[in-house]
Amino acid sequence: MWTTKGLTRGILTTPYPRSRPAEPGARPARPVATPTSEAGPAAVGVCPTGALEARGDQVAVDLGRCIDCQRCRRGDAKMEWADTGQAALHLSPADLPGRAFRHSLHVRVVDAGDGGETLRELKQLTSPYYAVHRLGIFFTPTPRDADVLLVVGPVTQGTRQALLDTYEAMPEPKWVMAVGSTAVTGVPFGPSFTTAAGLGDVLPVDVVVPGNPPPPLAILDGLLSLMGRMSAEELLS
Amino acid sequence: MSNLQIAPNAAVLAALSEILPRDSVRRGGDQAEVETSLERLPSVVDTVVRNGYALAGIVTEWEDAGWLGRYAFYCSSCPGFVHVFVHGKPGDALPSISPYVFSADWHEREIEDLFEIPFEGHPLLGDFALHNEDWPEGVAPMRPDYDRDEPKPPRSGRVWRPQRFVKAPGAFTMSIGPIYSGISESAQFRLESEGEQILYATPRLFYKYRGLEKIAEGQDVEDVLLLAERLNGTSAVGHAAAFAQAAEAIAMVTPPPRAAALRLVFAELERLRSHLCTIEELVESTGLQVPTAMLSSLVEDLLRLSGRVAGHRYLFGLVRPGGLTLDIGDAETADIVKTSREATARLSRIVDQLAYDNGFLDRVEQVGTLQVPKALHHGVVGPVGRASGLSKDLRVIHPYGAYRDCEVRIALADEGDAFARFRVLAGEAVESQHLMEQALSSLPAGPVLAPWRPRADAALGWSEAPLGAAFHWLRLSPTGKVLRWRIMPPSFTNWPALATVVEGAAFQDFPIILASFGLSVAESDR
Ligand code: SF4
Repeated sequence: MWTTKGLTRGILTTPYPRSRPAEPGARPARPVATPTSEAGPAAVGVCPTGALEARGDQVAVDLGRCIDCQRCRRGDAKMEWADTGQAALHLSPADLPGRAFRHSLHVRVVDAGDGGETLRELKQLTSPYYAVHRLGIFFTPTPRDADVLLVVGPVTQGTRQALLDTYEAMPEPKWVMAVGSTAVTGVPFGPSFTTAAGLGDVLPVDVVVPGNPPPPLAILDGLLSLMGRMSAEELLS
Repeated sequence: MSNLQIAPNAAVLAALSEILPRDSVRRGGDQAEVETSLERLPSVVDTVVRNGYALAGIVTEWEDAGWLGRYAFYCSSCPGFVHVFVHGKPGDALPSISPYVFSADWHEREIEDLFEIPFEGHPLLGDFALHNEDWPEGVAPMRPDYDRDEPKPPRSGRVWRPQRFVKAPGAFTMSIGPIYSGISESAQFRLESEGEQILYATPRLFYKYRGLEKIAEGQDVEDVLLLAERLNGTSAVGHAAAFAQAAEAIAMVTPPPRAAALRLVFAELERLRSHLCTIEELVESTGLQVPTAMLSSLVEDLLRLSGRVAGHRYLFGLVRPGGLTLDIGDAETADIVKTSREATARLSRIVDQLAYDNGFLDRVEQVGTLQVPKALHHGVVGPVGRASGLSKDLRVIHPYGAYRDCEVRIALADEGDAFARFRVLAGEAVESQHLMEQALSSLPAGPVLAPWRPRADAALGWSEAPLGAAFHWLRLSPTGKVLRWRIMPPSFTNWPALATVVEGAAFQDFPIILASFGLSVAESDR
């Protein structure tokens, strides 16, 4: 009986990455590099995590340190905010899995201290809006089947060993993804006595997806890039 | 409102004045303070509890000559809070109150681990927040001489030997986690059994301990508010509002009426989305894929709505001490009304169909039953409590902000099983939509931010977060630096009750019970 009821809303699934429709609210704006004259002289100082930096006559943004606090948008600072487009970054484009994994990628998710919001965005990837299995992306509960270790959270003292054990248990070749600014740099929690400064402290990272949390489409970019479905140029543009 | 005319805490203060000297009781509006001694503490606590008060949490703070232990209680049916506090010297122990106030159990274990303040008479201390295998002996991060930037200790290498409670021949332990299933938070559950039935369950949390209360020390209020939002990123507004309320009480500032009304709107939008997530996870745990997919689409509709009207899918960056960072216009108002209306209409249809689906009912009826007395005993909060007959809801008993001027209809059930929790969640989701619409239809004009200036003082803030009562204790320096931030989140209160409900259940029901409680690990671990 549920099958027919499930059809009542028609097709929700995004055509992304084939085309890039306007889906308001799916991928909210992020701060982008802004001329200092517009951003205001105080801009760099308002950022709680040091994501803003004066570079020449611009205020540049290190998205990996940005926790989406909105301060450089709504207070005295006036940074420009825009949809930054492709949101994932390769750290080692040379040895990405690429075309061999074009049609299927198995992902093991590990929570290393996330507040819950990044896990929810990952979960949304399986909702009809994104339906990532249509692209051959599967979340697997067993490390032995996994090609990719996807980590959220700053890596706490209590999750570090289980994280390393999971990595060890995965067969070669394997790749590591840090999803969320917290996993990328540890902000705003670490480094501290109980958290690392992000996943890079603990494991070699191949792809980072900044954002607090990164929306499902940004995480999807990161996964697609691993599959060789998006060129590095496309990602970095 | 008529009940505000009675002096808050009148009955309990009368009872206390019989056992305590007069000058140890300070009325202070709805926050009464009662000072007592270590010896008298048990009888004072007993009196407070007998007068219908529940424990919000225990707050310990360092002082020049030792420490201050504060037991914050809130009345479960009337306005009013009672803070019982004692001073201790280094080396003193607090008498454990958990034998008769169950909800104190985890607080005591946590404080003993992080502060090294002993609790006399507590049966099970150690290996709680700091796991033996991860932390060397003698580490107490909340002590003043411990540096937040202390290099992480190498793994202690100590062996953790879990206690086994079921001693029968053939008994075995099934251990789930800390990393398990597809996309889930890290936590461990140890289930002891002799066969098909779970006889004893121990959740082992704090793998995700981020040390929030420690790293907040010395930071500006506004920066610690960012931590409060990220404590449980799916309840950001609920916790940020409770935190901001504490900061506002200290500064004696009231957010402008428009800010109060909009805080209510965003808090209810968050509740609606959070309840949808819990319902989705519960339905998913019963294996019904189509309604799961339909529900996760509704979650996405609300996340996108939040992205459009607030610039953030989880409503981060909105709440600030003194009000909000953002005002909304007519277009956003119309968007919220339309999208939330559609989402709840669709939710109601799915809920109606599930209520007649035998496959669903078989899995949730009389499963994971939390009986009313047990719920009371554990001081269970939030929708879990309301599904076990406890009608307490901070929006109603201790109304704050715009909740003072509106009537919240409480969804209530008393069967206490997973199906009751499902119905309460659905009822509250619909009520959240009503509250939003009501507030938006009569939004006061004016600014959304009042100037906030720091003062040296301490205060309690609270809110009914999606998962239940959230309390934040805050102490500030004259320049607005945080000296102490104590987080008392709803999940921390409810986890122990979950453990007792699992006992006697069949193994295959465990995921369903877990999902029906909808608790957060991050919020508990802090
Ligand atoms: S949003 Fe916040 S964290 Fe991000 S760059 Fe702006 S001020 Fe910094």
